[in-house]
Amino acid sequence: MSATAPVAEMAPLELLEGSTAIARAAILSNCRFFAGYPMSPFTGLLENMAKLMPAAGGVCINAESEIEGVNMVIGAASTGARAATGSCGQGIALMQEAVAEAALNETPLVIFNMARNQQDYFQCTRGGGWGDYRTLTLAPKDVPEAVEHTQLLFHLADKYRAPVILYGDPLIAQTRVGVRLAAPDLEPLAPKDWALDGTMGGTGKSRQVWTWAMGKVTDPGLGPDGHWRAVADKFEMIAAAEQRWESAYADEAETLVIAFGSAAKFTEYVVDELRAEGHSVGWFRPITLWPFPGAALAQATRSSRRVLVYELNAGQMLDDVRQFVHDRDTVRFIGGVSIHESGLSYGPLLDAPVLRDRILAAMAQPTER
Amino acid sequence: MSVINTQTPPTGPAQKVAEFHTPLILGEHGLCPGCGEPVALRILLETLQELNLVQRTIGVVGHGCYGSFVRIMDIDVLQCLHGRAPACATGIKRMRPDTAVFTLQGDGDMVNEGLQEVIHAAARGENVTCILLNNGVFGDTGGQQTATTVLGQRTKTSLEGRDAEKHGYPIRIADIVASVDGAGYVARGAVNTAREVMRTKRLIRNAFESQLAGEGLSLVEILTMCPTGWFVTAPDGPDYLESSMTAAYPLGVLHSRSAEAN
Repeated sequence: MSATAPVAEMAPLELLEGSTAIARAAILSNCRFFAGYPMSPFTGLLENMAKLMPAAGGVCINAESEIEGVNMVIGAASTGARAATGSCGQGIALMQEAVAEAALNETPLVIFNMARNQQDYFQCTRGGGWGDYRTLTLAPKDVPEAVEHTQLLFHLADKYRAPVILYGDPLIAQTRVGVRLAAPDLEPLAPKDWALDGTMGGTGKSRQVWTWAMGKVTDPGLGPDGHWRAVADKFEMIAAAEQRWESAYADEAETLVIAFGSAAKFTEYVVDELRAEGHSVGWFRPITLWPFPGAALAQATRSSRRVLVYELNAGQMLDDVRQFVHDRDTVRFIGGVSIHESGLSYGPLLDAPVLRDRILAAMAQPTER
Repeated sequence: MSVINTQTPPTGPAQKVAEFHTPLILGEHGLCPGCGEPVALRILLETLQELNLVQRTIGVVGHGCYGSFVRIMDIDVLQCLHGRAPACATGIKRMRPDTAVFTLQGDGDMVNEGLQEVIHAAARGENVTCILLNNGVFGDTGGQQTATTVLGQRTKTSLEGRDAEKHGYPIRIADIVASVDGAGYVARGAVNTAREVMRTKRLIRNAFESQLAGEGLSLVEILTMCPTGWFVTAPDGPDYLESSMTAAYPLGVLHSRSAEAN
């Protein structure tokens, strides 16, 4: 099962850098407000938004920090406009209070985490804000899929009135590839009758966007207890409805390699190479990092003798794999921390020959089953 | 002026001194006797009515005692994070340029937690009106020192009085914003006497007119009584404000783009 935001096949094929393609996909999705603060490799997306937004009738603001950027976006989104911000790592860390606030006051917004590597997995899937909330996170494996995911995320943010995250990386932000861009064709959504437009003052029915949902003295709301329970129930519903994943050869392979994002693209390539040489190996890719496709992983690993986790961090998705895998004893970690000396991108571990050697080394070890 | 003895209970019940009927106020405020914030809210809402802005206004309310006004004001409202109201107001105004947008913030909210928001919003010339309710103390948490606590003022976190050497100097945010090129109108009023209430209402009106004329950010700082946070009796609040705050924060118009153009 994969992401399904359709890209019109008739659209012309264009050679675009990922940051440009994502900015254009966002605008085609009717994003009309963007605010951000430069941080590589997110910077390219901000530059493209600054360039493209005015012609689309939208606004792009050079925010004084990530904190202000995300709060501007909450304001814009509270009026019903489609709005987004972005950053990576530390910049996303600065936004955490506001991400939790948007989840709890139910303002839909999209956050582009154009990360430097895969060390933001916990940040995206666990978050650092306060309260019972989750952030739906899509991790595309390449630029064309990032375009699809961008359009899908604006849709899902509105559908669920929640902040959502695109987990990109330097390869997605800065690689130039052929993509087709067209307005998305997704199911119609309910009108935003909750959005603030200023017209309801003095009617007794003025609108509130309020984390505490206490309503008015004349018309009390659910209050924090009722409202936060309802928000928690909503995230439980999203968890059941929005799991996305992709896998190949899971049923027939002794060894299954689990990876997300760009690392999954490398994994696909190496697995194909190894299979051509006769090895019994397959792959599984979570497309949504939250909700994690746990049931699908359990199913995919039913007959695996080895489950290898390849991610460019010290083992973060590893926690989720161990939680859902059919047999925990089959899990081996073959990823690791690997940062380019600039600090801005992946180190040498994200490479097909290195991954190939690690898979082969793991396959040479005896299995538990 | 006497100082409340907090070791013994109050000698009498709270008394209401007047009845006001503003249709935009839906019910009783729950704030302390002698608080200046409900007076500021009333003149703000009366001004929106007088300017015929009631059905084209969006408010952004920060965190402090006045946060409870969200429950009694009949205006579209985003209740935002502490300090972030000018950033949220920016997003709102840019997407709904035909609305009047205001923020309602305390001194802890605007001058402590969100100092950079208001300065940058002013520098961008955002057409929003920021209302600062300055009582020089964190009222909601029970009377601790804020960035605007005047020198010598006792708070729970400056027990011997604010001492510049120990606690630093108070920040005059309105003067800072008045010096920023993108500001359209900046003024400081108070609500400690009937005369100042009427004057301050005119300042609020000027600020909204400046916003509607697209002059840039307008800011009205309103000095408000907080007898509970100041540890004085409610009747002593207005005089305490007069004697302690207005010397540090002189009242009047600090900047007016339209007046300076004429």
